[in-house]
Amino acid sequence: MSVQTVVRLPEKYRPVVDHELCLRCKKCVRACSYEVLEFKDDRIRPKPGCVACLRCVYECPAQCITVKEMEPQFAHHAVFDPVLRRSIIAQSNSGGVLLSSCGANVEYMDIFSHLLLDAAQVTNPSIDPLREPVETRTYLGRRPGKVTVTDDGRIDLQSSSTPLVVMDMPIMIGHISLGSISYNAQAALFQAASELNIVAGTGEGGLHADFYKHSKNLCAEVASGRFGVTSHYLKEVSSVEIKIGQGAKPGHGGHLPGEKVQELVSQTRMIPLGTDALSPYPHHDIYSIEDLQQLISVLKESTEYQVPVGVKIAAVHNVGAIASGIVRAGADFITVDGLRGGTGSAPRVIRDHAGMPIEIAISAVDQRLQEEGLRDKVTLCASGSIRSAADMIKCIALGADVVGVCTAAMIAMGCTVCQQCHRGMCTWGIATQRQDLVGRLQTPVAAQRVVNLFRAWNEELKEMLGAMGIDSVESLVGNRDRLRYIGPNPRIAEILGVKHSGEGWG
Amino acid sequence: MLQGNDGPVPASWMASDFDAYPQQGRSYVVDIPHRHKYRMGSCGIAGCINTDGSMISGSKIEKMITTMGERENGLGAGFVCYGLFPDYADEYCLQVLYESDQSRAGLEEYLSDRAYIIKDEKVKTVAVPTMKPPFPLVWRYFIRPKTNTESFWRKGLDEEDYMVHMVMQINQADNGAFCVSSGKNMAVFKGSGYAKEIAQFYDIGRYKGNMWLSHSRFPTNSPGWWAGSHPISILDWSICHNGEITSYGVNKKLVEMAGYKCSLLTDSEVITYLWDLLVRRHGLPIPAASFAMAPWYYKDIDRLDEQLRQLALQLRITYKEAFLNGPFSILVGRSEPNVTMIALADRKKLRPLVMGVSEDGNSVFAASEECAIKAVQKDAETWAPKAGNPVVVRLGEGIVRRGTEAPFQGVRL
Ligand code: SF4
Ligand code: SF4
Ligand code: SF4
Repeated sequence: MSVQTVVRLPEKYRPVVDHELCLRCKKCVRACSYEVLEFKDDRIRPKPGCVACLRCVYECPAQCITVKEMEPQFAHHAVFDPVLRRSIIAQSNSGGVLLSSCGANVEYMDIFSHLLLDAAQVTNPSIDPLREPVETRTYLGRRPGKVTVTDDGRIDLQSSSTPLVVMDMPIMIGHISLGSISYNAQAALFQAASELNIVAGTGEGGLHADFYKHSKNLCAEVASGRFGVTSHYLKEVSSVEIKIGQGAKPGHGGHLPGEKVQELVSQTRMIPLGTDALSPYPHHDIYSIEDLQQLISVLKESTEYQVPVGVKIAAVHNVGAIASGIVRAGADFITVDGLRGGTGSAPRVIRDHAGMPIEIAISAVDQRLQEEGLRDKVTLCASGSIRSAADMIKCIALGADVVGVCTAAMIAMGCTVCQQCHRGMCTWGIATQRQDLVGRLQTPVAAQRVVNLFRAWNEELKEMLGAMGIDSVESLVGNRDRLRYIGPNPRIAEILGVKHSGEGWG
Repeated sequence: MLQGNDGPVPASWMASDFDAYPQQGRSYVVDIPHRHKYRMGSCGIAGCINTDGSMISGSKIEKMITTMGERENGLGAGFVCYGLFPDYADEYCLQVLYESDQSRAGLEEYLSDRAYIIKDEKVKTVAVPTMKPPFPLVWRYFIRPKTNTESFWRKGLDEEDYMVHMVMQINQADNGAFCVSSGKNMAVFKGSGYAKEIAQFYDIGRYKGNMWLSHSRFPTNSPGWWAGSHPISILDWSICHNGEITSYGVNKKLVEMAGYKCSLLTDSEVITYLWDLLVRRHGLPIPAASFAMAPWYYKDIDRLDEQLRQLALQLRITYKEAFLNGPFSILVGRSEPNVTMIALADRKKLRPLVMGVSEDGNSVFAASEECAIKAVQKDAETWAPKAGNPVVVRLGEGIVRRGTEAPFQGVRL
């Protein structure tokens, strides 16, 4: 016998309409795919369930809607805070794992904000990037460690050459699959990557036929589901990345619900319409580092050694040693994805509680690879909440050659980080496949906004490099000398290999 | 890798306090001052070489460097002479600063376990009234490493890397001993003071060689540490550096991965190891190594012919950690395979570098300022090498590169 267990939760957000100004056009009703708004008795009336996605606010011609964050209505308790109580009630309602999206929503220490950059004064001149070149070109791939010189003193270009991908800025748009986001949204990201001459990740699930024109700026993801992975596809793209893990859900696989697997996704992923696309937690052919080595070799063979093959891992406690094993297994680049990294869907318990922040992870990997004499062999990519040019610059100084960015690019396209991607009803037409919603995102506009964002970041990178007296970004990679720590826990500074603010060079 | 346990190190090295200068407590004339990690500043550099093999007296280089008095503030200066010991040309010459006789005994014990000391002698030094005591004791050893010992083969190093390892170990220990040079047929004379004073202290005029380099500094931090002055030397390499490397943290990573220990923690030290790594160990021709340290901009690289473009890209990408960012001009000396002077400025040429050659073409000069050249060779024809373009002058060959050529002239593919 089934019992009615569902208890209503207090509202978190509520749209408030100024009825004086309201034109009664009902645009907001259509805008809200969560069906929060209805028109009744000549008025717009809110129902519970608002997620503060702000689409109604954007669409309202009279600018008469505001979304209000509700005061927590629970009695105050210092230990059982409202967030905990809400989760407990929600779980008692459903008996299931709580899902969420975007990155960790817990105030884990944001170390970026505790790091300060250096600038040049007196003893070396700063550089004005508007007057003198400051270079941000970056290469992705394996490096030989030394240029080969023959016994008779000739330089042998052939034997030390490796496949590399050139990027005009040290930014990579992370892997966001078609399926998790709409066709238009992925088209916009790819178009932006081509225009900026950087690399964008395809995400799991192959490449739509229309997107092959961007393939020279794409990195193909080979995840545990292997959806859509063909040798033709791998040969077309600029680089290939084996996805072992993701910062938002280390140790977890992927789940694309059947509702999202419509015509377009089914064709690209090469799976039947309407079936759930489940990517196993581990790769079922990778149970050890030797197995990973084999997959790397297979991918290199099938791409005829023409493209770099990398491995993406989530930042977990032993990330340094794991990364060093991956370099030894033959990876040409490594992506380390931090705890705060984004996702289209993840169990909240993993999203918020497993892994480590990217600042510590990238620094640990950089230092470990250096100790083992491997750092000059690979390209390191760091991702997981790179929110601004400042984060990017600090991340590079902590050891990343390249940063991977997803959420910021999504925000540029309209995303408001409402954290409902897993529900597939994104009002902005991004994380959805619903035909009535996907048209809301206009590819050319979204692409241009992403281009604008990263151009601006790159300019800020140049400004900052110039101020430090550095005229090329590679001279900042792992240059911890130019960072200082100013946070509450000097032990973190020690682990990062960064001095405390106030400590000079000697 | 050069690291590794190296058998017994004399117990006396571990002593925290040699009672050498009781009036001052612990002095840091020789060992690295504990809180003193990084020295920077502006400087003067000068060099001269006679390519016909004739000898140059130390007073000539002294004249050159002291002409540029504006560029120093009395906190460090030094000289290096090549072709100095023709009679011991096959032995490594260790020139060592000591804090006391006790530290000398300690190091000699260490050395005799690892090398045959062919000859040793006290280096003549003269009291200079204007200089601030304390003064180190300076000693010189001509040695040949014992390659038949267990300590040697267990490291799996060749003779030169073994020498590098020994010098690193000596200089890292808190032992009151500092090895300022370790190459064949060359020696470094340096200390804390004005160039004039250091020249007097070592009576530099009594030495003659085929090539001299020198340095005077204007550091922005504390005085007193003799070993921290320039030239910085390892094996037969020596570097006089004017500038500040903004990429120090990156360059350090590369040399540390290759087994060097940055014990002086100066950007100049890193440059020295980079030359040793790129040229001696990786075998790069000098123009290629210079390109790695002062690469062209990508926009210029992209205009090169395909093969040279490939070469430029490979050097720049492979050795991106060797790229010396920031302003510098350096003079580099080497005695193998033949006495050679290299002069190089950063790719923007933010520090001065002038070259000169005598009318007969036999004497070549390099300096921060032209006045230093004209002071010793009035008739010298001078020229300015281009940004990031190395000048190479070699005994017996003359001017191999003027620093105005195409980047890879002389590099064979
Ligand atoms: S559109 Fe978004 S913000 Fe507006 S009512 Fe619906 S859920 Fe709330
Ligand atoms: S969109 Fe604005 S003006 Fe139109 S009905 Fe809704 S609240 Fe009123
Ligand atoms: S993509 Fe859409 S659903 Fe996901 S967080 Fe952004 S706005 Fe919300």
